[in-house]
Parts: sequence; C-alpha cells; structure tokens
Amino acid sequence: MTEKPLVCIVCPRGCRMTLTLPDGDAPLPEEIHVTGNACPRGETYARQEMTAPQRVLTSTVRLTGAALTRLPVKTSRAVPKERLRDLIRLLDTVTAAAPVHIGDILVKNALGTGADIVATRDMDAMETPE
Amino acid sequence: MKSKKNTTGLPTLHAGIVVIGGGPAGLAAALEAKKAGAPSVLVLERDTAAGGILNQCIHNGFGLHYFQEELTGPEYAGRFLHMVRETPGIEIKTDTMVLDVASLPAGEETRVRVQGVNPTEGYFQVDAGAAVLAMGCRERTRGAIGIPGTRPAGVYTAGCAQRYINIEGAMPGRRAVILGSGDIGLIMARRLTLEGAQVLACLELMPYSSGLQRNITQCLEDFGIPLYLSHTIIDIRGRERVEQVVAARVDENRRPIPGTEMVFDCDTVLLSVGLIPENELSRAAGAAIDPRTSGPLVDESMQTSLPGVFACGNVVHVHDLVDFVTMESGRAGRAAARYLARGATDGGTEPPAVPLYNGDNVTYTVPQRVHPGRLEKACEVFFRVNRVMEGAEILVTSGDAILLRKTRPHLAPGEMERLILPAALFDRAPEGLRISACPAEQGEQGE
Ligand SMILES: Cc1cc2nc3c(=O)[nH]c(=O)nc-3n(C[C@H](O)[C@H](O)[C@H](O)COP(=O)(O)OP(=O)(O)OC[C@H]3O[C@@H](n4cnc5c(N)ncnc54)[C@H](O)[C@@H]3O)c2cc1C
Ligand code: SF4
Repeated sequence: MTEKPLVCIVCPRGCRMTLTLPDGDAPLPEEIHVTGNACPRGETYARQEMTAPQRVLTSTVRLTGAALTRLPVKTSRAVPKERLRDLIRLLDTVTAAAPVHIGDILVKNALGTGADIVATRDMDAMETPE
Repeated sequence: MKSKKNTTGLPTLHAGIVVIGGGPAGLAAALEAKKAGAPSVLVLERDTAAGGILNQCIHNGFGLHYFQEELTGPEYAGRFLHMVRETPGIEIKTDTMVLDVASLPAGEETRVRVQGVNPTEGYFQVDAGAAVLAMGCRERTRGAIGIPGTRPAGVYTAGCAQRYINIEGAMPGRRAVILGSGDIGLIMARRLTLEGAQVLACLELMPYSSGLQRNITQCLEDFGIPLYLSHTIIDIRGRERVEQVVAARVDENRRPIPGTEMVFDCDTVLLSVGLIPENELSRAAGAAIDPRTSGPLVDESMQTSLPGVFACGNVVHVHDLVDFVTMESGRAGRAAARYLARGATDGGTEPPAVPLYNGDNVTYTVPQRVHPGRLEKACEVFFRVNRVMEGAEILVTSGDAILLRKTRPHLAPGEMERLILPAALFDRAPEGLRISACPAEQGEQGE
C-alpha cells in the first residue's frame, strides 16, 4: 500500500485528498481508497486521475465572416490527457464561419475520442458593406 | 445642476438606472434591477461587445456555484447576454466610454448624471435615478512593481497576453517566464504551453501562491512547469527584445539573496502580479474609497457613500470566482431598483450603520458597514486573510464577546472567503463587529 496526496480539481474548493493505492503499477479504480474529499465527485475524480486522467480542452479556431477572427471552442467532454496535443493540432486545421452559436458542433467525434469540438461563444455574421 | 446641463448643452438620455460596465457584474445588476421593477436600465460598455473580461477567459471553471455546471468564460457571459436580450427594458450601448459620473443633491429626481461618448452618438449625458458602478479592474504593470533591468519588448501583463492569444490569435513569444502565480498567470502558463510555446518557470515572490490550488495542479503540474515560491526577477536583459531573465530567491523580507541567481533564456516575460479595482470614475464622483480594497466603501446593499450610487464586482474588490460577482451584483441591482422606487428617503430615524472591522489575519471585509434595519434575514460578508492556514477558526466578536465561531479546513490569501452573519447579530453589537481568523490549534478547542 502507498499513500499519495492529490488535489481535487473538480471545483474551486480544491480539496486536498489522500489516496491509498494498492502495490503494483495498474490499480483498478475501485481499489483506490480516497479520503479528504468533501463530496463524492472528489472520489470519482481521484479514481479516474490515477487510472486514465482526462481534461476538457479549451482553445480557439480560425473564424471568418465576423468582427473577430478567433472563435473560442471546447471539447464537449473530458478527453484523455495524452490526446490534448493531437487535438490542439487538429484545431489548427479547423475554420468556422459566422454566424456561430454557443454549442454548435464544429468537429464530430474529434480524433475518435468521443468528444465533439463545440463553439463557446455566439458570433454574429458581419454585415459587409458592399 | 440645471446650469450644468445648459452650459454643456449635451444631448440627454433618461434611464431609471444607468449601469457603467457590461461585464458579468453590470449584466447581473441590470437583470436583477429590471426584475425588481426598475422601469428602464441602460448599460454602457466601452468594449465592442458586452461580457467583460470573460470574453478572453476561454478556459472552463466558471459557473460551478451559480449554474452547477462547468462553463467557459464566454459561455458564462453568453447565458447572461441571452437573459438580457430576453428581458425588455434593458438596453446595452457598446463602444461607449463613460468619462464622468456625478452624484446630484438629494431631492432631485435625477440623482446621477453620467457623461459618455461613442462613435455614433458622439458626446452625450444620461440622467438617471440611480447608478451601478461595474467597471471591473485592471492589471498591475511592471511600473507598479518596479522590476529593474532594460526595457526591451516582450514584457506583457498576463491578461494582455491572454487577449492577444484568445481574441486576436497572435502568440506573444516562444519561450516565457511568468512572474506571479495569480490565476491569470497560471491559466496563461497552460495556454502558452498548449499553443506550442515553452514556459520555463513561474516565479512567486511570496512563500505561497495567490492562485487557486486547482489551477496550480492543472496548469503547472500537468505540464511539468516548475513553480518557484519566494523567488523574484532581479534583472531583465535584452536590447530590443527580452533575451534573458535573472531570478533569485528572496528572504523573509522579500530581498533577493545573493548567490541564488538563476538565468533563463527566454523571449517573453508575463506579469501576473495582481489586479487593482478601476476607480478613477468613482473617485472623481466623490465616493469614499477603502484603502484596503482600493474599491468604494459599500454597505449591505452595495450602496457606496454616495446615495443612489451602487457598486459591484471587481470594481469593489477583486474576486477569484465570477459566481460570487454575479450574486453580489444581483444584490446591487435589486437595491438600486428599491432605491428608485422608494425615492431618497434614507437616513431619517434609522440607527446608524454598524461598521465591520478587520481582526487578526483579516485584510478586508466587504461590506465595510451594515444597516441592520435594512437586512432581511442575514448579511453576506466577503473577506480575505493574509496567510495560509490549514485548519482555521473564524471569529466574529464585539468587544470581548465572541458572537459567532466557524471552522474552515483551509484559508489562503488567494481564496476569498464568505460568511453569513444573521441579522440578530448586529443588534448585539451597535459599535461594530470584528472579524478575525486564526489557526485552529491557537483558538480554544470548542465544540
Ligand atoms: C484572466 C482572468 C481569469 C479568471 N478566471 C476565472 C475562473 O477560472 N473562474 C471564475 O469563476 N472566475 C475567474 N475570473 C474572475 C472573473 O472573471 C471576474 O471576477 C469577473 O469577470 C469580474 O466581473 P466584472 O463585471 O466586475 O468585471 P469585468 O469582467 O472586468 O467587466 C468590467 C467591464 O466594464 C467595462 N468598463 C470599464 N470602465 C468603463 C468605462 N469607463 N466606460 C464603459 N465601460 C467600462 C469594461 O470594458 C468591462 O467590460 C478570472 C478573471 C480574470 C481577469
Ligand atoms: S471533492 Fe468535491 S468539494 Fe472537494 S474539490 Fe472536489 S468536487 Fe469540490
């Protein structure tokens, strides 16, 4: 058995948790004992973090036809941490066209992660004076 | 005051309530004021879009308290912009810079006169029955903290770099050192790394970080970026562009310790050394400013020392979480609407306000004073502490009497604390309440 400190990042409270892990390299989620979490989400996070860490990715993509040239986006759900860099590279190839609404899907099932790339800001189309 | 109008001869708009600043504070105040019965609300915003600083905070972590879900900054702002659009009677003027706020004498229907300018209407004024100040804050710059060294290009405030990357799509540099471990600096460390730049270090003068622990974990530790506590920059080298940064450890008096220098080869320095409430307008209007917060003194309803002028959000005190900005601003909006409906009948026979004082380890409280007669059930108080405490007690006292005692597992200067004081408490302490915090082992071991 080994003990390991871990800060819960699920909410701003940032509980300092203590994990008890079984010996061996690949513990099963249910083998991980968690204390110091103020709510059950801390335990869920700790087990996920120790077995297959995930993050929501937020970034921007190119935008045309609006007053601004960048559109903020996010993954619709948390993705494996080791895929973040590949996803960032994918975003370099994406261009959105205004009008865009919060929640519009720009890429479905990005790189097979099961997460979509969605817009996080409304962008009106610019009336081009012609 | 009529003469002022005649001499300026400015086109005049009328509004029940005028709100200065269209960030989350201004939007929440406008919505709640309208819901509480204000006939019309006019929001003046200098940027091209409302939403405030949230528009550039594209990361997630907003709304967990208020919406019970994790949103990005633009999504959080989007929810409020949507609600504002659905609410008749609220108008937002963007691209509109407010240049002056004046509080007019009691007895006049117009209590506040605001002057602004925008490209379509030019210079104009707004006469209103009440005003809400919601101008947010600005970043401290290199000048404000005095870093020695040459003045090459490549030194930015973290928020300015955030705007470049997230709104304009431009990278400020390739190899960066971040000074200050406030949340914006931490968020930018991750953002730069994801965009392919290298962040060599985050340096913090204090022995603790002023950022949220979750940001240290997910922005620095996730990417192996070292955090050097009790360190500062002692020299920035480079002729045209930053070429090197020299850092050193500091002693307990924050003086660099010779022999501890580290040199970083980098082209960019980001400063995340704190925020200051933006109060030029409030000061010029004559609102009393609290030197501890650098924001206006407010009462339980967020009214400033000027009758009919309310303030909320980062202009009052710097918040880490937008959720609390929203809640506080809703209170300001509702109070402004009540003020408008009631007319200027405050004062009179009402007992004077009860002051709130800083006790041990507490650096400020908001509000700074409370009118017990105007509380419904309780008063929400925000405060900050000056040191990290693992296991702490919060004490509310009047003279030697302890009126309230609360425990907290953890207190830190970077995390704003919230305390609910029942209205009855104020009746027992007309001379004032003192709020203190102490490490739990130091306090008496009560139940
Ligand atoms: C970089 C950064 C990261 C953050 N990260 C988080 C986070 O992860 N989670 C979280 O919950 N909170 C976070 N916060 C905190 C939260 O975003 C702020 O507390 C909140 O935005 C403050 O709202 P506000 O309306 O008071 O100020 P602002 O959002 O700054 O809005 C003020 C508005 O007033 C306008 N204005 C100012 N002066 C004038 C004038 N003279 N005339 C007209 N308009 C004017 C400005 O243009 C601006 O739009 C972060 C803050 C920053 C700066
Ligand atoms: S354990 Fe619960 S309360 Fe604690 S930080 Fe995690 S989500 Fe927040």
